Amino acid sequence: MKKECIAMLLAGGQGSRLYALTQKMAKPAVPFGGKYRIIDFPLSNCTNSGIDTVGVLTQYQPLELNDYIGNGQPWDLDRLRGGVHILPPYQTASGSSWYEGTANAIYQNIRFIERYNPEYIIVLGGDHIYKMDYSKMVEFHKEHSADATIAVLNVTLEEASRFGIMTCDSDFRVVDFTEKPKEPKSTLASMGIYVFTWEKLRKYLIENENAGGSKDFGKDIIPAMLANNERMFAYSFEGYWKDVGTLYSLWEANMDILNASDLNLYDQNWKIYSRNMSLPPQYIGPDADIQDSLVCDGCNVNGSITSSIIYSGVTVEKDVFIDHSVIMPGAVIKSGSVVKYAIIGEDSVIENDVRIGASKEETGNDTKWDIAVIGHGEVISSGVSVAPGQMIPVV
Amino acid sequence: MIYNNILGLIFSNMHDESVSELTQVRTMGSILFGGRYRLIDFPLSNMTNSGIPEVGVVTKSNYQSLLDHIGSGREWDLCTKNGGIHLLPPFSHHKSGLYRGRIEAIEGILPFIQHSNAEYVVMADCDVVTTIDFRQVIREHMKNDADITVVYAKHNFTNNGIGSTASTILEVDDEKRVISATINPDILGEANRSLNMFVIGRRILEKIVSRYAPEGFASFDKQVLQQNKANYRICGYEHKGYYEKIEDIMSYYNANMNLLNPENMQKMFLNNTPIYTKVKDSGPAKYEAGSVVRNSLIADGCVIEGEVINSVLFRGVKVGKGAVVRNCILMQNTQIGEDAELHAVITDKNVRVGRNKLLTASTKNALFIKKNQKIEDD
Repeated sequence: MKKECIAMLLAGGQGSRLYALTQKMAKPAVPFGGKYRIIDFPLSNCTNSGIDTVGVLTQYQPLELNDYIGNGQPWDLDRLRGGVHILPPYQTASGSSWYEGTANAIYQNIRFIERYNPEYIIVLGGDHIYKMDYSKMVEFHKEHSADATIAVLNVTLEEASRFGIMTCDSDFRVVDFTEKPKEPKSTLASMGIYVFTWEKLRKYLIENENAGGSKDFGKDIIPAMLANNERMFAYSFEGYWKDVGTLYSLWEANMDILNASDLNLYDQNWKIYSRNMSLPPQYIGPDADIQDSLVCDGCNVNGSITSSIIYSGVTVEKDVFIDHSVIMPGAVIKSGSVVKYAIIGEDSVIENDVRIGASKEETGNDTKWDIAVIGHGEVISSGVSVAPGQMIPVV
Repeated sequence: MIYNNILGLIFSNMHDESVSELTQVRTMGSILFGGRYRLIDFPLSNMTNSGIPEVGVVTKSNYQSLLDHIGSGREWDLCTKNGGIHLLPPFSHHKSGLYRGRIEAIEGILPFIQHSNAEYVVMADCDVVTTIDFRQVIREHMKNDADITVVYAKHNFTNNGIGSTASTILEVDDEKRVISATINPDILGEANRSLNMFVIGRRILEKIVSRYAPEGFASFDKQVLQQNKANYRICGYEHKGYYEKIEDIMSYYNANMNLLNPENMQKMFLNNTPIYTKVKDSGPAKYEAGSVVRNSLIADGCVIEGEVINSVLFRGVKVGKGAVVRNCILMQNTQIGEDAELHAVITDKNVRVGRNKLLTASTKNALFIKKNQKIEDD
């Protein structure tokens, strides 16, 4: 059954820089933005872009992720032809191997891709928050008769050394690509979103597989294609995009939602879909005071909240103060506690009179200041103080 | 007990006339309730949570919103090969049409019931909002060797007057036999009020309907519970859980307002028994700087800049800056303009209230504003 374009979503990474939050779940399954998980963004983008076949490559701690994706129904990806497919590493007659790199993960699933005999495949990461119409990128790819198209974002020169940086000629053709350059030649950063002409990519995947190396798109495939002078183009994306690979950037991306001009979750024409938990509506109690914040279904709030995101099913008791924080699903914050500039993991319990985190100003602009993080399912006993930048459990 | 043996029947249009304000554009079952539900979500979820694998939804008129809401039945886990949900509109076969009462309604869907292999039928209307485990009712039904079991609750009737009890009142003896049924009587004090939920043997139901419908009897309560109580073993099952019965617009208003008491909320949404509803994927509710929200139920997708006190806000409601909303029920996508003030108002879907507008009523007699109505700026 032929599909013009299918998506392959790389969701197997450990996400080790999210430490406590990814001890027991893969990064794409980490809750985000109140009622979502990170993977809702690429999955919803696929559906909204008319891509109805998505392979999700999983490897690290897949339980939550597999459960969450299920048959793909929340994203309209339970389809008769196509739909979402979870693709874990598997055993073959010649042995078994884990996914060794991003390119290897796709290589191991060539058989899956060939079932759809696609003209193009789009390779997506599972750790970015953004809204993007992939169909426009595929159109661009077709218009330029490209072999590969890389979505790029203009970043600041300081940020540039954290990304794969591209140099283009006036026709957007990529002439140079460097992973995390010390001295960036341009500010066009790769967003980790690639469209390939499948036939071409297939050839490179097989060659790369036999060449050994890191079997990675950024490190191997792209440089090899470039060296062979394949038609590689940069597709410039304008809009909100954030890599939520670190605790700070995850927190920051949450804060960005509070400013809808950055990340608008209320656009009826580009909904972000998520699996629903069938919770009652939120109850806001007589002593609550909520300012500049988001609150989700199933919450019970009777404390003070400013500039924070309260995820589904959270309880905030009376005389609690929450400021600039991210409270993940099912957490309970008991009376007398103060939570500032912090991430509280799923189902954690913060007992009475706990102090967690502080603003940078409160620490006298300490250069080592960072947000405080409580992992999933932790219980913080009464009276405990958790310093800014501290993480529980320590990972 | 084998649950595959049970057929659920929900009557979505029964009692439409009692809340005519809200049923002008929809069925009783599709009336919005509690911030994010429709009334039918409760009987449907109760049936699903009780392991009933097959449910028929009997409709009569105005059922477009109901069809929209139910779709394939997936949200209630009723999108299945064995059983699942069946929408049963009128005129689906030669004997079905606009029924007058439960017996006629069932006559209209008799082939559906006859086709089922179920031993028992659980019937429920959409006028009672509660969480109930039908497995327990069926267990009692079997234990009592009953032909028919009527679910009732004790209720203290206070204000006497015409229409004060739009309920069938049951007298139940020590052996749980129903010894009398009176329909809509004027009474004061405590009485057993039928919750319009029944368990009945499928064959018995078929017999009752085939016998009485051709004779012109439409009402189940009248013809069976009242006139033929001696011919059947009719038992009562007391439902002791929290419930709200919607009998008119004010009982609808109060039922919503009562959920603002966290204790009631807890009893209505017991742990582990989720109430399912259609999902719309709205964003989280947003509380802008300067907003004041107290003692209110707020659904996802709301954006609040003004003041909301003692109110129930459904999905996607917007309350502008400086606006004041007190003791109100604002249904889906209601928009309240800047500096408008609303007291004890019920707005149906998509109502728009303009800037500076003042709408006040009392909590004893709330003001109802029809669907899609626009009230211009002042």
